[in-house]
Amino acid sequence: MSTTEVAPEKSAPSAKPDPLMDRHGLIGAPVSRLDGPLKVQGAARFAAEVPMHGMVYAALAFSTIPKGRIATLDTSAAEGAPGVVLVMTYRNAPRMKPAPVFLTAEKAMGGDDLPVMQDDRIHWNGQPTALVLAETQEQANHAASLIRVTYEAEQAITDFDQAKAHAHGPAMFFGQPLSTEIGDADAALAAAACKVDVTYRTPFENHNAMELHAATLAWDGDELIVHDCAQGVSYLAWSLAQIFGLDEQQVHISAPFIGGGFGSKGLWQHQILAAAASKVANRPVRIVLSREGVYRVVGGRTITEQRVRIGARADGHFQALIQTGTAAKTTHNALPEPFISPARCLYAADSFRLEVNVADMDTVANTFMRAPGEAVGTFALECAIDELSERIGIDPIELRIRNEPDKDPTTGQPFSSRHLVEAFRTGAERFGWDKRSLRPGANREGEWLTGMGCATATYPYVRIPGGAARITLTKDGHAKVEVAAHEMGMGTATVQSQVTAERLGLPLGHVEFAYGQSSFPGVILAGGSQQTASIGAAVIAAHRKLVSELLTLAGSDSPLAGLSPDDVGAVNGGLQKLDEPERSESYASILARAQRDDVTVEAEAAPPAEMAQWSMHSYGAQFCEVRVNAVTGETRVSRFLGSFDCGRILNAKTAASQFRGGIIMGLGMALMEETQLDARNGRIMNPSLAEYHVPVHMDVPEIDVIWTDIPDPHAPMGAHGIGEIGITGVAAAVANAIYNATGKRVRELPITLDKLIAD
Amino acid sequence: MPITINGSPAELPADARVSLLDLLRERLLLSGTKLGCNQGACGACTVLVEGRRILSCLALAVQYDGCSVVTIEGLAADGALHPLQQAFVEHDGLQCGYCTPGQICSAIGMVEEVRRGVPSVVTADLSAETIALTRDELRERMSGNLCRCGAHNGIVDAITEYAEAAR
Repeated sequence: MSTTEVAPEKSAPSAKPDPLMDRHGLIGAPVSRLDGPLKVQGAARFAAEVPMHGMVYAALAFSTIPKGRIATLDTSAAEGAPGVVLVMTYRNAPRMKPAPVFLTAEKAMGGDDLPVMQDDRIHWNGQPTALVLAETQEQANHAASLIRVTYEAEQAITDFDQAKAHAHGPAMFFGQPLSTEIGDADAALAAAACKVDVTYRTPFENHNAMELHAATLAWDGDELIVHDCAQGVSYLAWSLAQIFGLDEQQVHISAPFIGGGFGSKGLWQHQILAAAASKVANRPVRIVLSREGVYRVVGGRTITEQRVRIGARADGHFQALIQTGTAAKTTHNALPEPFISPARCLYAADSFRLEVNVADMDTVANTFMRAPGEAVGTFALECAIDELSERIGIDPIELRIRNEPDKDPTTGQPFSSRHLVEAFRTGAERFGWDKRSLRPGANREGEWLTGMGCATATYPYVRIPGGAARITLTKDGHAKVEVAAHEMGMGTATVQSQVTAERLGLPLGHVEFAYGQSSFPGVILAGGSQQTASIGAAVIAAHRKLVSELLTLAGSDSPLAGLSPDDVGAVNGGLQKLDEPERSESYASILARAQRDDVTVEAEAAPPAEMAQWSMHSYGAQFCEVRVNAVTGETRVSRFLGSFDCGRILNAKTAASQFRGGIIMGLGMALMEETQLDARNGRIMNPSLAEYHVPVHMDVPEIDVIWTDIPDPHAPMGAHGIGEIGITGVAAAVANAIYNATGKRVRELPITLDKLIAD
Repeated sequence: MPITINGSPAELPADARVSLLDLLRERLLLSGTKLGCNQGACGACTVLVEGRRILSCLALAVQYDGCSVVTIEGLAADGALHPLQQAFVEHDGLQCGYCTPGQICSAIGMVEEVRRGVPSVVTADLSAETIALTRDELRERMSGNLCRCGAHNGIVDAITEYAEAAR
């Protein structure tokens, strides 16, 4: 085992890279997920599985109109039903403040800022109108079915085309307009020798995490204890505190296991209503949304329509890149789908005009779903490039390479790390791209047409400020890290245990990574693919403090006497002077001499200065081969390869799963996923897993994933989070492959059979 | 006769509306069996009744009077993981872990169906005495168990390894 230097404190531009980025050993090792044995035995306890004494069950009733007010409300039958403890409506719900909307304050997590059962107003079709508590779930469900509501309906906007007519913009996102103009793109387009001008549409989609949104909660005086499945435990604690007028320390969130999130596991009405009802009834409450309830109460990815215009010289050089369009949104949330993000960083065009406008709709609030912006934005952009490549007669990979920028094309910042061309070349060779037919529709065997397509994947590196960590080192040489972070399948606990063990020079089995409690340090979101970096930077800061503390404890009798953290490294369960290996001492020895059982430090991550200095993104090249039935229009994905450039990969096994998971959700997006909204009344028509189709085993081929493994010297561990990059570019790669197979260009997702057999 | 769960007798509920799934999860606190849709569309609630896989959310508990049910909690023996559980861990056939118990119970039932010669929609020769568990046979037969994290490749690898060892 070689010595690991202590990482520099600040992520300032001049700071040295994290020494872990070049290390092997545990970094990158394909360690099986540490919570695997628990999960395969059904012993991992999820939010709806925590028992509470005296607990009652909740059921919801939902509005059936999109907008208006409740005219009559009859709860008498429900109140008289067996086992019923409480029927709560706007008439008897306690006074609560609206939820703070995600992105509007540091720890805000609400999906919308509407009043929660405070008045007779209806804002979307499916809004909860009543909550029933009963002794059993069966009794609660039955009683909820007995509630009778009539409405006075008002005009609502529930049709995207109608909403689009009143679109406005540019939309604001993180306080910045979703608008970029460089040069005179329209003039450049008009003058270009080669051009495309094409419009793409993407539908409303739902996350459909397998675990239903659930909470088991209770009040202990003014303290609120919540077992939840939130992707941001500190966010949820603070947000619930605002709603109920509490201090955030009075709200205790526990979420050690999350059964899939993908952006959906935030704060929606169900937790608020359950907490309110628990207070009124003075009983612990379990609320588990039905699958229909998830569609009604929790938002999804919104509808977009995107027009892409590219003007190019005959040699393929982009003179103008214009991507504009509209995303549906409610007026009650802060997420205009930022579909122009890929165009901002991918290609070196001479001029740009990029803009997102918003069309207001009266629906459940749309929200973040795996790679918001990039998932849908790459569909439009990367299909348009494919269309241009055919028109201009240049291979689509070559066309992309000819427009590879040497710095960020819209901000002018240097790239921290970018090896997209390498990812394309390696991927193309492995996939056999040279066997792709140049003529669409040329490969046919019986009824089946085959084709290949590719697309660029991209997702930003982000590190949200607020990361913090606590490390406790015990005299037996074990370390425990505590962070308010999350495990929803990414492998966080496993990967961070590996990183911590390598950083401290300990065996993997001597490290415990504790997470999922709002009482732990840090404001950390499992979102934006930023959790890995956020935890990494926090552990760097805490580790540095730990080493400093240990050197102090070591005192003047230690071989380490007089040394500073920059002089030493971690090795074999102790510290060692970097240039004098004989000057070393084990953690156990240091603590024994200081007569300490343990030492605990807590520190906050340095501010994310790296993001201000560099253009930081992950990249990838997606390759797809499809077979399309010429008679039925059925598409089967026969092969898929993702070739990624995401900095250092920290665990080859869990990383491959993350990449594949993103790609598979992308296959669903490409071919089958759509939340169908009845344009007449805003009712979701397919609120079930029987009618909203996600990829099943038979839809998923063996998916090949490879990566450059080139560290980003400006990121903790040299690594980027990889939860979202996998889905980006997939729908375009599939659509481009379908075009190559059939000669049919479908510009509206999902690419279902009917669209392929239509003339 | 009571119902037998993982070898132990259990009381049936008085309320006939209680599903086998809710009996397990809410009354017996055997929460390893998962609730994903409550309408037979996702497979997360799969358990083995007399060795055959069923969707416990679509089953009323009282129908199973006298039956023997094995859930995910009943597979590991003497502190050792069942070989299929071990294969899921090694092949990373899981991410969030929520669909995992259903995938595992379903796979055990599925392998037994193949052994009995029960054909599927992709079985080419319906008169064949033995059915080879090809990747497509496996995928087709496991398609009632949804996974949203996208662990499909690892699940197929794990089941393949288990089925080959069991043969």
